[in-house]
Amino acid sequence: MARVRGDIELAGVCKTYDGEVMAVEGINLKIPDGAYCCLLGPSGCGKTTILRMIAGHEDPTDGEIVIGGENVVGLPPVARRTAMMFQSYALFPHLSVRDNIAFALRVRGQSKAERYAAVDRLMEKVRLTELADRLPAQLSGGQQQRVALARAAITEPRVLLLDEPLSALDEQLRIQMRQELRRMQQELGITFVHVTHTQLEAIALADVVVVMEKGKIRQAGPARDVYAYPRDRYVAEFLGGQNVLSGRVQSVDGDSIVVASPQLHGIEVPLRKGLVPEPGGDVDFAVRRDEVALVRPGASGPPPHGAAISSRVVAVEYQGSFVKVMLDTVPGREFVAYVPERRFFDDPLAIGDVVLATWPSQSARLLD
Amino acid sequence: MTVSATLSTPARAARARRAGARPWTFYALLALFVFYVLALYGPMICIYILSFQDVRGGLVFPMKGQSLHWFVDLFTQVRTGDVKGAFGRSIKLAALVTVLTVVFSFLAGWAFRRRFPGDTILFYIMIGSLVAPGLVLGIGIGLLCNFLGIESSLYGSALGAQLSWTLPFGVLVMFAVMSRFNGTWEEAARDLGASPLQTIWLVVLPILLPGIVAVALFGFTLSYDEFARTLQTAGPMNTLPLEIWSMTLNVTSPSLYALGTTTTIVSFLIIGLCLGAIVAIQRRRGGRATRGE
Repeated sequence: MARVRGDIELAGVCKTYDGEVMAVEGINLKIPDGAYCCLLGPSGCGKTTILRMIAGHEDPTDGEIVIGGENVVGLPPVARRTAMMFQSYALFPHLSVRDNIAFALRVRGQSKAERYAAVDRLMEKVRLTELADRLPAQLSGGQQQRVALARAAITEPRVLLLDEPLSALDEQLRIQMRQELRRMQQELGITFVHVTHTQLEAIALADVVVVMEKGKIRQAGPARDVYAYPRDRYVAEFLGGQNVLSGRVQSVDGDSIVVASPQLHGIEVPLRKGLVPEPGGDVDFAVRRDEVALVRPGASGPPPHGAAISSRVVAVEYQGSFVKVMLDTVPGREFVAYVPERRFFDDPLAIGDVVLATWPSQSARLLD
Repeated sequence: MTVSATLSTPARAARARRAGARPWTFYALLALFVFYVLALYGPMICIYILSFQDVRGGLVFPMKGQSLHWFVDLFTQVRTGDVKGAFGRSIKLAALVTVLTVVFSFLAGWAFRRRFPGDTILFYIMIGSLVAPGLVLGIGIGLLCNFLGIESSLYGSALGAQLSWTLPFGVLVMFAVMSRFNGTWEEAARDLGASPLQTIWLVVLPILLPGIVAVALFGFTLSYDEFARTLQTAGPMNTLPLEIWSMTLNVTSPSLYALGTTTTIVSFLIIGLCLGAIVAIQRRRGGRATRGE
C-alpha cells in the first residue's frame, strides 16, 4: 500500500475575524512529509490559528492549504486525515482511557470487540495498558498527555497537530514528555506540527522552526539556522542567546562594514549575502552571548580583528555550566556574556568591575 | 514594653481564641440560626407528629395516642376527597412537565451558547413571566382558553400554565450548567470524526447529565407543588395541591396532616433519588481521583 504523504503547503493563507482583525497575513510555508515542525511565537501571533486552519477547525479567509498534494480547504478533519491534540488535552471526562482512545473508531461504527482489539494493541505499544480502565480525572498530567496522543493516533493520521502540548506540565515532566513526543513522531513517521511559545522547546524538537510575529512568518528553517543565524532583530531577540546592537554604517569595504555609535567605535561586521547597507545608514547586528569574551583592561591586548568595548559589570548570575554576566555596554539595552564556568572562576568578576567585552569580528552577524 | 502594650488587644483576642472561647457575636449569630431553623422546620414537624395520632386525634396538640389510622383513613374515606386520584394525576402531570422542561431548557441552553441578534431581548422575554403573579397568570390563561373555546384541562391549560413557571427556571439552571461546559470537547469529538448528532449523544449529554438531572428535579418539584397557576386552569380534575387546599376548607381531621406527611415523604424520595443519581455519576467520574491532580 502506498503510504499517504503528509507534506503540508500553505499558500497565501490569510485569516481575518469580523472582516477587520488580521490574525494571519499571507502565510507561505512548506513542511516536508514526516517532519517535526514547530510554530513559535508569542501569544496572539496567529500560530494557533494556523494550526486550527490546518486541522480544519477554522477556514482561511483566503489562500490554499494543501496536504499530500490535495487542497483540503473546506474538508472536515477526518477527510484531511489530520488529528489534533488540544492544549488541555480535552479528554472526555466520562469515558475511561480505553473508551477515550476508541472514540474515533466508535463513531466510525466499529463494533466493540473490533475497536477494543485495535485500542489494546495501541495501548500496549505506548504503555497505557494498566491505565485502561481509569478515568481522565484519575491520571497525572503526563499520563493524560499520553492518552491524548494515543487518542489522536488511533486513526493513523498523516498529520498530527499539537496545540501547546507541554504547557500544562511542570518543568521536569515537560522535558521528559518532550522526548516522548519526538520518539513518538519518529515511531509513527508522520508529520507533526507543534505550536509553542517556548524557544527552548522549539529548537530542541523541531526539524523546521517557524518564528512568527503578528500573523506573519519572520523566519523559517532548521533549528540551528534560526538560533545561530537569525535573519532580523525580532528573531534574534525572541530566540535569545544573542546581543543585538545597532549603529550607523561608517564605511563599506569589500566583504565587511564598519559600524559606529556613541558607544561603539568602529566595530567591524562582516557583510551578509543579499544585504547592501549604505554608508551613513542605520543597521542592527547580533553577537552571540557565548562568543563574547571578557578581558580585564590592560591584561593582554584585544585579539586581532576583534571588537572590544569597555563596559561595567551590572549583574552576575550563576547558571551551572556557565555564568551569565550582564554589562552596561549599551545604556538601556541588555548586553550579556555567557562565560564558561571554569574560565569565570579563574578570575571571578564582581559587580562594578570594568572589563572589555570582546568578540572576533567574523562572529558578528548583520541583521535585516 | 511599648511593643507589648500596643499589641495587647489583639494578643488578648488571640489568647482567648486559643483557650476555645468565642466572641459574643458567635452566640448571637448561633441564636439567630437556631431561630431560623425552628421557624423553618417547626411547623412542618408539628404536622408530621400530629398525623400519627390514633382515632381520637384532633387538629391541635396535645397528641392523642399513636397509630397510622389517619393514613388509612386518607386513602379509604370518600369524605376526604379523591386523594389517591389527585396524587396519581399530580405525579403524571409533573412527569410530563419534567420531560418538556428538560428538553426545551436543553435546546434553549444550547442555542444561547452562541451570541445571536436579539439574544438579550429573547432571554428577557423567556424569563419575564417569572415576575407575573401566579394567580393572575392562571386566571389569564383560563380566560384566554375560554375565549378561544378550549376547555380547561389538566394536560392542556394546566400543563401550559405550569410550563410558564418551570421553563424559565429550567432555562436559568441550564445556563449555569452549560457555562461550565468546555467547547473543546465538542471540537475534539469533531476532530475524531463524530457527526454533530454523535457529538451531542456521546459527549455533550453524558458530560452534562448531572446538570440535566438537576433541571429535571427542578421541573418536577415546581410542578408537583404548583398551586397558583393551576387553580384556574386545571378544569374539573384536581391536582394534589388543589386537593389539599380544598381539604383545608372542609376536612377537620388529622387525615389532612397524614396527607402532608405522605407528600413530604414522596418529595424527599424523589429529591434523594436525583441527588443519589448525581452523586453516583460524579463518583463514577473520578471521585477516587485524589491522585489525579
